[in-house]
Amino acid sequence: MTDIFSLRDDSPVSETPVSIEEFLGNSNATAVRIEVGEDARQLLPYLDRIALIQVSFPAFTDGRGYSAARILREAGYDGELRAQGDVLLDQIRYMHRCGFDSFAPEKPLNAEQVDIVLKRFDAVYQAAADQKNGGHQNPVWNLRHGN
Amino acid sequence: MYKYDHYDQSIVDARVAEFRDQVERRLAGEITEDQFKPLRLQNGLYLQLHAYMLRVAIPYGTLNSGQMKMLAHIARTYDRDYGHFTTRQNIQYNWIQLDQTPDLLADLASVEMHAIQTSGNCIRNISSDQYAGAAADEVTDPRPWAELLRQWSTFHPEFAHLPRKFKFAVIASKEDRAAMRLHDIGIQLVRNDAGELGARFFVGGGMGRTPMIGPMVRDFVAADDLVSYAEACLRVYNRYGRRDNKYKARIKILVHELGKDEYIRQVEAEFEHIKTLNLDPPKAELERITAFFQDPDYDILASDDLDLCDPDFALWVEQNVKTHKQSGYAIVTISLKPIGGIPGDASSAQIDIMADLAKKYSFDELRVTHAQNIVLPHVKKSDLYALWQKLDEAGLATPNLDLISDIIACPGLDYCSLANARSIPVAQKIAQRFSDISKQKLLGELKLKISGCINACGHHHAGHIGILGVDRKGVENYQLSLGGSGAEDVSLAKITGPGFDEDGIVDAVEKATNVYLKEREGDERFVDTYRRVGMAPFKEALYD
Repeated sequence: MTDIFSLRDDSPVSETPVSIEEFLGNSNATAVRIEVGEDARQLLPYLDRIALIQVSFPAFTDGRGYSAARILREAGYDGELRAQGDVLLDQIRYMHRCGFDSFAPEKPLNAEQVDIVLKRFDAVYQAAADQKNGGHQNPVWNLRHGN
Repeated sequence: MYKYDHYDQSIVDARVAEFRDQVERRLAGEITEDQFKPLRLQNGLYLQLHAYMLRVAIPYGTLNSGQMKMLAHIARTYDRDYGHFTTRQNIQYNWIQLDQTPDLLADLASVEMHAIQTSGNCIRNISSDQYAGAAADEVTDPRPWAELLRQWSTFHPEFAHLPRKFKFAVIASKEDRAAMRLHDIGIQLVRNDAGELGARFFVGGGMGRTPMIGPMVRDFVAADDLVSYAEACLRVYNRYGRRDNKYKARIKILVHELGKDEYIRQVEAEFEHIKTLNLDPPKAELERITAFFQDPDYDILASDDLDLCDPDFALWVEQNVKTHKQSGYAIVTISLKPIGGIPGDASSAQIDIMADLAKKYSFDELRVTHAQNIVLPHVKKSDLYALWQKLDEAGLATPNLDLISDIIACPGLDYCSLANARSIPVAQKIAQRFSDISKQKLLGELKLKISGCINACGHHHAGHIGILGVDRKGVENYQLSLGGSGAEDVSLAKITGPGFDEDGIVDAVEKATNVYLKEREGDERFVDTYRRVGMAPFKEALYD
């Protein structure tokens, strides 16, 4: 199995995530995966009993997973949000900003490089999911006006 | 003009460091070309037929003389001593070495410029009206809104991997000088009944192989909702835009397939949700940005008198000088379309001269137009003659703004790896055919636009006369179309019939103009006559 690269304090959920269809039919699972094209909003009624949501990136160029992640965080989900698949160093920052806090890349990531990438930008213009997710990225628009 | 603060500067500087790292990893073989491609593309770096092409962003087409000088420096230092101004108000360089790009970007950053998101499937440079802040007919200067959107879209984490590229234009006049409704999102700033400024949103316009005029999806978005509403428009697209076919991936196809009403319904639902997230910048932010775009310090006593006894100067004034909102001042367009030249190209020496003239005569400001010309927005009328003399010496005083030789052309097969046919030689031959300025003036406003492939970078769908180069069994062939417009009378051009070879298309253009001269009534422009009489007389002249 792929190594999980986590930015969370707790350890990664070990349960194998089930499909949305299976999840909606089987009330016991606490880990679920979203394939590209599936609507993350289907999970919103159940967020308080989910420990892991895994979002698949079959190709890094397919950006639908970014919207899925934000939608989940905007709805208050605070469990593990894992990006799985074609997860590359240069997309990690965007993923993190959209609320992903763990990664299951097909090719392993170098921890040192991830750290550099995540710290590279001191400032961001727009608000995203990382306000709730560590709180260190207060948008420039707020900082300029003392908010 | 907008000035970076330390936040803006730190973001651009960090990008240079990031790209330096990415280039090093690519050169070391740590990442593949496939993995590098989207990274370089989001930095405006394309691999073309002969070399890398780098596109530099000129946000809403506005720059100062220091920035313009840097563009000349880059042409001299990293390229073959020239640059090409584009239809999206940017500049691109055609002969760039990959290992030098980090230094080039660092040079740009030193004058508050960058190449961020000038390509790739992300939100591109925001374009605007080249007469912004100077036009008599605008409700406000659109550039503060464009700058706000520039900041919002820069490294937007959710919208960095859209189904396809995404282009905004923002205008604030009834007259549309930016082809606003042919953008993915076109915004027209308007005042509501209460006198407040807001944004009218048009979504799903575009050119390419399936040209569409963007329908209006909201007649008024308040300033406080601008970012939330734009997020909603983009989120619906990011989630549901087609990704199975590159040629059906633009938002225009989504809006068309869903239908305007269903797209609006989804956007409104998303907007209602997003509005609760408090994403919009504080009111003070738009005010802060707006303060950078105050009028320059005009001489309010400046005279409107102009001595036109030099006939060459008079010709240039009549064609290339437009009314300014401030009495005693004028808007000057410097044509980058000399007869026989390459549309939009300028040498480093010419770029330097334009920078110096902007500093001396136009409050240090220049604009790039989507028609690939340069504007000096605020010139005192009493300085026009001296300015014209200096432009004339530099080969920059061609008096052909909006005439048939003021041609928009894509780089075509001379540079572009997507092209099927050459555009530049066709543009040159047409300009030469009509080189007599009195002939051009007789034809009046006539917007001729040439694309070297179906992607339509040369805006042929929006040309009064449009030319599309295609490959027909290994031979370049040119289709003629008539009746398009990118202005407030927006329309899509229609193909006349079978295409022509390179010399044949030049003849065909001349025949079409002869039909116009014969048929026109009163002060009709070419496109007005075409709209009144229809295709038939043109077809008859072209194919009989």
